[in-house]
Order: sequence, then C-alpha cells, then structure tokens
Amino acid sequence: MRDVVIVGSGPAGYTAAIYSARADLSPLVIAGSVDAGGELMKTTEVENFPGFPGGILGPELITNLQEQAEKFGAEIVYDDVTNLELSGDIKKVTLASGEVVEARAVILSTGSAYRMLGVAGEDRLMGHGLSACATCDGFFFRNKNVAVVGGGDSAMEEATFLTRFADTVTVIHRRDTLRASKIMQERAFANPKISFIWNAEVTELVGDDAVSGAVLRDTVTGETRTIDLDGLFVAIGNDPRTELVKDQIELTPTGFIAVDGRTSRTTLPGVFAAGDVLDPTYRQAITAAGSGCVAALDAEHYLANIEAVAPVAVAS
Amino acid sequence: MTVKHTTDATFRADVLESDKPVLLDFWASWCQPCLRMGPILESIDETHGDKIQVVKINVDENPATAEHYRITGIPAFKVFNGGDVVKEFVGTRPEAVFVSELEPYFATGTVEAS
Repeated sequence: MRDVVIVGSGPAGYTAAIYSARADLSPLVIAGSVDAGGELMKTTEVENFPGFPGGILGPELITNLQEQAEKFGAEIVYDDVTNLELSGDIKKVTLASGEVVEARAVILSTGSAYRMLGVAGEDRLMGHGLSACATCDGFFFRNKNVAVVGGGDSAMEEATFLTRFADTVTVIHRRDTLRASKIMQERAFANPKISFIWNAEVTELVGDDAVSGAVLRDTVTGETRTIDLDGLFVAIGNDPRTELVKDQIELTPTGFIAVDGRTSRTTLPGVFAAGDVLDPTYRQAITAAGSGCVAALDAEHYLANIEAVAPVAVAS
Repeated sequence: MTVKHTTDATFRADVLESDKPVLLDFWASWCQPCLRMGPILESIDETHGDKIQVVKINVDENPATAEHYRITGIPAFKVFNGGDVVKEFVGTRPEAVFVSELEPYFATGTVEAS
C-alpha cells in the first residue's frame, strides 16, 4: 500500500513528487513508457522558468526535477496506467505490466495531448510531411518550404526553430492576431524567413504519400485556395488527457478535471489533480509546477486527517 | 540477439540481405521521443530477437538511407522482409502495443542462429 501515487511526469507530477517525498510519503510516480516528461520534452530552450536566468533546455529541466524528486525518495516507474479505480478509501492503479498498485491518495497530472487538425489525410500523412514536433522533425526540412498552423507560444517557438532548417516558414492562423506572448511574437515578426497567412484554416491536406500542400479556407470570406508545402507542423493546442478518469470524477464543461476552488481536490476524496489536465488558461511549466505543489500539500493534509480519524485502520 | 546499429555503408547487408525480418528504427540523439523508444526496442529485441532483427540507424550520421526512404518524421520504424518494406510505423508506442503490431511480421518457424 502506497500513501501517494502520482500519474504523470511533467513539471506538475515531479513537483508533486518532490513535495510529497519531502513529507515522507514515499510517492510512486508512474511516468509513462513513451510520454515520460510530458510536453517539455518537445521544447528547446525554456526561457521563462524562474531561477534559470540563462534559460534551460526543456528535457534538462525535466531531468533536474526528476533527480530532485528521487533525491528525497520518490520512486519512478516507466510504465503506462491502463486503469484507475478511484472511489473508496483505497485506490487501485493498474499498469500495462499488469501490476496493480494500491494507494490511499492519487495525484492526477496526466497533462494534455496534441490536438489534431481533424481533416482528411491526417493519419495517413503523419510522419510524411505532417508533424506535431518541430524539434524532432525540423531536421528533415532543410531548404524546404514549411508551414506552422497555430497562433500561440508553441506555434511561434516551432516557427522560429524551423527557420534553422527551412527556407521559408509560413504561419497559418485562423484569426488576425496572435495569442502568443509579446516576446515570442516579436521574435517571429522579426525573422525574415517567417511570413503569416491570417484568417485562414487548413481544411485539407494535399499529397498521396507525402504532404505537397494544403487547402486553406479564409475564415472571413470563406474562399479557399491551395498552397504548396513540403511540410506542415501543427501547433493548435492540446486537449487534457482524461480518458482514464472521465467516468469517475467530474470534468468541467470544456473537459478539464474539475477541482474545488483554489485547491487540487477533485470530486472524489483522496484524488487530486495538478497541471495542464485541470488548466484551460495558463498552461505554463511554472504554473504546472505550482499546481503540483498544491496537490502534494492537499494530499498530505488528506492523509493526515485519515490517520487522525482512524489511526489503526490501515496497515501498510 | 542484440540490437544492431547500421550505417549507409552497411545497410544492404544488415537490412536488405538479412535472413530474418528486420525492424528498422530511424532515430537521432536530439529526438526525445526516439530516445524514449530506445529501451522498448532493446526489450523487443530481448524477447523477440529470434523472430525479428532489431536494427537502428542514426539519421544524423546516415542521411542517405533516411533520404532514400523519404523519412520526414522520427521516430519512424519500417519492417523489412526479403529486402522489401512490408510495414511502416511513425511515432512512439508502448511496448505491448508495438509487439502486437509487429507480431504478424515475425519470422515463422525456426531461424537458425548464424
């Protein structure tokens, strides 16, 4: 029996692990077999995480958080959770290996998953000119013409990164202003390789066995046109990963895990949430980390109360 | 069995002329999802290496092969049988899922150790 099991290994999960390990709760982190580290693993330089004035690489930040958690006694398993039973005093966490871990408290920090465009040909062309990871695939577009779909920080980061390789990078955005932070916008505007197509959305991908273009629809006039492209990178946002819990705890109308006020408490006692899975608004590494801290403190408080009420009820 | 590392120069012998089906992994050190697939490939090799030869190729150091197979996204995996590509996968996948996807391409019968 574990005191705390943490599902997910981004900044929220590892910060929750650091805090609950220091509280002597020996947390187990289920890090994921292929998604370990979360979204930061796809980023390059993180310039806005406080405490790193020279910036830090996303994967390096994750490694540091992990080391810090392990230093205080957190245990990490690189496996995927296949089932969660969250009701009752004892929660059951089933892993892909078949192992079932029992815990008195669970912290859900499963983050979010890349949002698809939802157009025909997307599955077929993924990896064949269509990508959701510029840091992985930019290399293959040396001297090519590529586009990035999206208007947020991720889209600007990808566009700027891709200019290292590509001849031209076209940002396709469905509005006429960007959502990205000022500094990221200015960097993209100042880059001579980056141009913008405003008020446009991708309605179709062109290409049989590789992307050769995209059909764009003007969101104002409704007119469509086709542009030639060698590659298309999608950065239109992420959706919270709630598949395993959506039938057990309450979600918000937009699909995020619902929590009680400023706390991390979900609608089930002993189940807490942290990071992007509950955050439709801020979605930063630092807010995720802060939210992981909140969840660990809430879990600690919850466990202390159980013991106070029923000191001999649970033997470990 | 061990995971084999091939190059542009040895690709023909290691992959196309292999007497066993080959699972070829296109990867690079700067591709985090590729790195996370590393231990999964080792494990597949350990458990199923008698039925499929796991081979890795670093796209940074071996651009000709990556270009020949028109790789534009990694991790990318291709299954070769008798020199032909018989199946392709793009992106990370958990081990159990990957094994079930690969099973139809495993060598049947006994392959003599060489």
